[in-house]
Amino acid sequence: MKHLLILGAGTAGTMMANHLRHNLKEDDWEISIIDEKEEHHYQPGYLFLPFDIYQPEDIVKSIAEFIPKGVSLIKNKIERIIPAENKVAMKTGEMLEYDVLIIATGAKIAPEETTGMQGAEWQKSVFDFYTFEGSLALRNKLREWQGGKLVIHITEMPIKCPVAPLEFAFLADSYFKHKHMRDKVDITFVTPLSGAFTKPKATAALDHLLQEKNIHIVSDFAIEQVDNDNKKIIDYGGQEVPFDLLVTVPTNKGDALMERSGLGDDLNYVPTNKATLQSKDYENIFVLGDASNVPASKAGSVAHFEAEILTENILLYIGGQPLKAEFDGHANCFIETGNGKALLIDFNYTHEPVEGTFPFPGVGPLRLLKESRMNHMGKLAFRWIYWNVLLKGTHIPFVSANMQEAGKHF
Amino acid sequence: MEKLIAGTTVTVNEEGYLTNFAQWNEAVGEALAAEANVVLTPRHWQVINYLQLQHKSNLPLSIRQIGKSNVVDIKEFYQLFPNGPLKISTKIAGIPKPASCL
Ligand SMILES: Cc1cc2nc3c(=O)[nH]c(=O)nc-3n(C[C@H](O)[C@H](O)[C@H](O)COP(=O)(O)OP(=O)(O)OC[C@H]3O[C@@H](n4cnc5c(N)ncnc54)[C@H](O)[C@@H]3O)c2cc1C
Repeated sequence: MKHLLILGAGTAGTMMANHLRHNLKEDDWEISIIDEKEEHHYQPGYLFLPFDIYQPEDIVKSIAEFIPKGVSLIKNKIERIIPAENKVAMKTGEMLEYDVLIIATGAKIAPEETTGMQGAEWQKSVFDFYTFEGSLALRNKLREWQGGKLVIHITEMPIKCPVAPLEFAFLADSYFKHKHMRDKVDITFVTPLSGAFTKPKATAALDHLLQEKNIHIVSDFAIEQVDNDNKKIIDYGGQEVPFDLLVTVPTNKGDALMERSGLGDDLNYVPTNKATLQSKDYENIFVLGDASNVPASKAGSVAHFEAEILTENILLYIGGQPLKAEFDGHANCFIETGNGKALLIDFNYTHEPVEGTFPFPGVGPLRLLKESRMNHMGKLAFRWIYWNVLLKGTHIPFVSANMQEAGKHF
Repeated sequence: MEKLIAGTTVTVNEEGYLTNFAQWNEAVGEALAAEANVVLTPRHWQVINYLQLQHKSNLPLSIRQIGKSNVVDIKEFYQLFPNGPLKISTKIAGIPKPASCL
């Protein structure tokens, strides 16, 4: 009996457990998955929680509910991977041996990387919305906030769901309009990038929306510290942005387990072949989701496309066949723009997001890089799809793992 | 597109970055620096040489990684190339603008 071990039972690990249990004979392969938590969070919901659009119960379910029969779920903290011995050590001291290892331990925020970020004002006037606790604390703050300078800030790239901070700015604009206090709130978006986004065509569209919604943008801002006493953020060039309420996205990093195991880069991401998803250093280790260093978006949709391709590759690897270099970096993200509308972007390693129709070329019904109500319905439907389709590893009809070029205006 | 700079014809992209490092020389670097309103000192050159070396070895460039390079800390990097040091210094060095990951 051989053993396939999955580290992390979040979006990517859960999808792999479902795909692989389906494809590997129970008589030949034992499959186990480890996570230190008991709850599975729908992280895209952290964006909506602060604005009272979703409630906590909409976004939290148990991990066990999504792990298929025939896969053993182990609740434990992973201490170290020992690749030379094909072993994983757990916090409690036990060792697990594996034949094939899948790393899906995700990424998390590291506010301690920035001086003063977790200072006296942390969760008083300085918040994050990339954790459940942060997002909930921010909701409570927003419910009673009287207005002032709202600063939405990205510390450094890469971050999970790179459009989420922009969406936060758009939703904040609409939230304060509905509360009839938009005139009391000054919104500024501060980014280390040179514009609203990383890709030129999408940046142009998004810069335009920021302007239309009267959201100021400060670009090329590399934060040095949060000054808690004077309530401002200061960058290495000496530039200062004052705030009454700071909503920041701290540095994102892979789990510290990678550092302990000597497997990560300087942000604890695992060096991974961007087309096959095999680890660069060990042929029986594969990596997907936010934990890898591939230059694709850190998004659930990306993990979904990766999972389809990685399943094939693991079956090939087990069968002693060459891997397929198929993953193209495909990402597909809805961008909430407020007032019940959203944009949709679809792109990969080589093609930036452009206008067009999705998923049916020329037909839609979704429109790329254009605001519409239909796209907003798509974003809300994503939560249902996530719990009921994505995690179970079911293929989404009409949406291929590789990006389609038809129907797009390059 | 082609551009005549410091007596040399070089190929650049829409953002003005050299697309072929072989066309770079110190005079081109000086001229690109002048366009960006940077006066190059020996400290600037140390950083530029470091960036070129990283690029030749196919190593990724980021502000974080330069801060850990022991060549320059982030604060000084900003003093040398104000307002977006990474994009300005790489342009002068004749290497591609680092892709900020998505
Ligand atoms: C605010 C926000 C908005 C987002 N919006 C979108 C969106 O609109 N669309 C989209 O596609 N994506 C979105 N995302 C991104 C998406 O949630 C992630 O990309 C996705 O969850 C990544 O899956 P993963 O399995 O790699 O990591 P995760 O789902 O984070 O899972 C990692 C798991 O590993 C476990 N783990 C880690 N280390 C250890 C250890 N040492 N021991 C034991 N267990 C460990 C963790 O407990 C966790 O359960 C958003 C993310 C955020 C934060």
